Amino acid sequence: MKKEAISSDYFNFKRLWKFFASVKLTVAVLSLLAATSIIGTVIPQNKSSAAYLQAYGEFCYTIFSFLDVFDMYHSWWFQLLLILLTVNIIVCSIERISIPWKIVFVKIPSFNVTRFRKLSQRKEFTSRLSPDQLKKLYEPAIPKSFGYIRIEETADGFCFFAEKGRWTRFGPYIVHVSVILLLLGSLIGSLAGFEGYTDIPEGETRSSIRIKNTDNIHHLDFGIRCDDFNVSFYDNGAPKEFRSSLTIIENGKPVLKKDIIVNDPLRYKGINIFQSRYGKLPPSKISPKKSFSKKDPSDMIILNIISKETGINYQETTVIGRSIELPEGVGKFVIKDFMDSADFKGMKIGEVYLGVLTPVDGSPVEVLLPLRFPNFDKMRNGNMAISIVSQSGNRGHFLNSGEETRYYTYLQVTKDPGVPVVYTGFIIMIIGCFITFFMSHQRICIEVTENDNKSKIMVSGTNNKSSMGIENRLNKISRCLTGLEQRGLF
Amino acid sequence: MNSSMALSITTFIYGLAAFLYLTSWIFKIKSAGKLATVIAITGVICNTTGIIMRWIESYKLGIGHAPLSNLYESLIFFSWTIGVIYLFVEYKYKYHIIGAFTTPMAFFAMAYASLSTNINDRIQPLVPALKSNWLIAHVITCFIGYASFAIACGLSLMYLLAKLDSKSKDFFVDHFPKTRILDELTHQMIMFGFLFLTIGIITGSVWANSAWGRYWGWDPKETWSLITWFVYAILLHARLIRGWYGKRIAYLSIMGFIAVIFTYFGVNLLPGLHSY
Repeated sequence: MKKEAISSDYFNFKRLWKFFASVKLTVAVLSLLAATSIIGTVIPQNKSSAAYLQAYGEFCYTIFSFLDVFDMYHSWWFQLLLILLTVNIIVCSIERISIPWKIVFVKIPSFNVTRFRKLSQRKEFTSRLSPDQLKKLYEPAIPKSFGYIRIEETADGFCFFAEKGRWTRFGPYIVHVSVILLLLGSLIGSLAGFEGYTDIPEGETRSSIRIKNTDNIHHLDFGIRCDDFNVSFYDNGAPKEFRSSLTIIENGKPVLKKDIIVNDPLRYKGINIFQSRYGKLPPSKISPKKSFSKKDPSDMIILNIISKETGINYQETTVIGRSIELPEGVGKFVIKDFMDSADFKGMKIGEVYLGVLTPVDGSPVEVLLPLRFPNFDKMRNGNMAISIVSQSGNRGHFLNSGEETRYYTYLQVTKDPGVPVVYTGFIIMIIGCFITFFMSHQRICIEVTENDNKSKIMVSGTNNKSSMGIENRLNKISRCLTGLEQRGLF
Repeated sequence: MNSSMALSITTFIYGLAAFLYLTSWIFKIKSAGKLATVIAITGVICNTTGIIMRWIESYKLGIGHAPLSNLYESLIFFSWTIGVIYLFVEYKYKYHIIGAFTTPMAFFAMAYASLSTNINDRIQPLVPALKSNWLIAHVITCFIGYASFAIACGLSLMYLLAKLDSKSKDFFVDHFPKTRILDELTHQMIMFGFLFLTIGIITGSVWANSAWGRYWGWDPKETWSLITWFVYAILLHARLIRGWYGKRIAYLSIMGFIAVIFTYFGVNLLPGLHSY
């Protein structure tokens, strides 16, 4: 009884092993990964459920959220595919590595002359010199790159064997190790790391961040103070640089100061702080005393609103002071006032409407809508880009925009202890691919046999990759050998 | 003479080279093929000049950066890589006829860049996210990959055409290289492309990590480049382990190139972080 159970267990294990050792599984998993990955590029990921409900309707929404389509790359089934791929790679590699292992770790490589004689890519020629003379002549001519050279005496002559790149047979396994490292690194990152963001008004300090795509707050064991924020623009209005001057404050003392810009983050205690976007504080926070002048209610303003998420253009009509709901349920928007000449960081932008956008899940931001630059609001990089299409009625409200604008900087704060593992994987992958594709295990054999006071020479060889490569190599060697002989004679 | 003029001339020269290669193939005029090579070399030189001039012009405008920053510039560089890699293949293997299937792609990329109304050909300043040395490494490696896959796709088309006509001995495929060689060349181009696509994705990853603090974010372009990588990985496994060759590899290679095209152009229709 017991023996039977063991053998059936063993049998099951064998079957499972065989299942995971199959390249068909690799191809199936890779195809499934490729095919399902498309979904996430068509359906925007990690947006608010309100936006999804509006875009897909209730029925599709229920199905999609059941299948985690809105965060599909982190869904159980996508992760399962990745695990399957990992197990497949490991089992496949273990299953197959014994073949190259035996070839690579052999003390005395075996060469079989009769095999070389049968190869189609071989060169044959004759020489008037005797095998002994040729031996002395040929010996130094074997390419230096061949690490292993052996001479064997035969009945009527001799044989040169040489080989190189035996170890390159491990190329594919090196690539597989790198893939495992990448997956391992990403696992470490997702378990021990975080990705969050925070916005800090100039002059203020924050020591907690919001975790991306969740409502969770993560507390840092130091504070980040934004001493200053600056944005500069090119002449055409495109942003040139976002610069935040940050100070790290630990136990009440400043410990590190750095200006960060996009592509040049601050790193402290394994935590990286990146410059992302920026925003302007709503006017009320700047000067609460300021009162906005009323406008004629007949002064209709038509707004064009482009959703960053869906790319859809919406048109809304409003008047100054009337709050409107933004499409796709992202928040409220109200135009507060009009200015007939405004400055934006030293740039004259002319007539502008001044609005305040209140997102559903965030603090209000001030929005400038210059009439001359319809694309201006795109720079804010919010989820809705607003512009003025037309306006009626007379505008006669002059406002002094002399007050200083106060910014907040929007920082991305991340920690990923898996990065060193991933980067190691990257390097190994490049090396592995290079070895696999462009290096090969080459074996050559030069056989010299005496035949009627003449020598018959055969140059033959194998290559575990392309047959084209070895053909060139053999041509080169034979040319070299015949050349040597001619020089040796005269 | 400025860069846009040089590049317009390049478009014309590539068009002429493609026409001559096609003429040489269809009408079996050997001299046309030889002339086509000379024209194609001229085209690449002109293309190189255009790129360098554009680079210099950007410095004169005070917004100096390598001309790899938008769709227009990338198309020009794409043509350049196709031209250079193809000429190298021709030099090494001496088959003019392959040019009939590759130079038209270089021409179409150039023509699309200069004629499409959606493509802005002005030299623009770099937005903050693009100001990184990784930009050059990332774009160059990706496009070497794309161009190799483009040529592999051309070779696969030739293979399928040759197989289609092998029974009737159609005269269109008389002068084609042997199918064994087409198959082997496709494989070589794909291995070369795969290495560079891998490096391209990796440099992009490292860049993303230095700009946004994550090396992978499932941005549509990232995802599509991975899909492309998967398709070619499937092809390589099918060939190296299951011994696939010929037609099946040719179909996979064409499928891979469709994924490349979608990664390159299609993703621009989807929202994402990439500027092209």
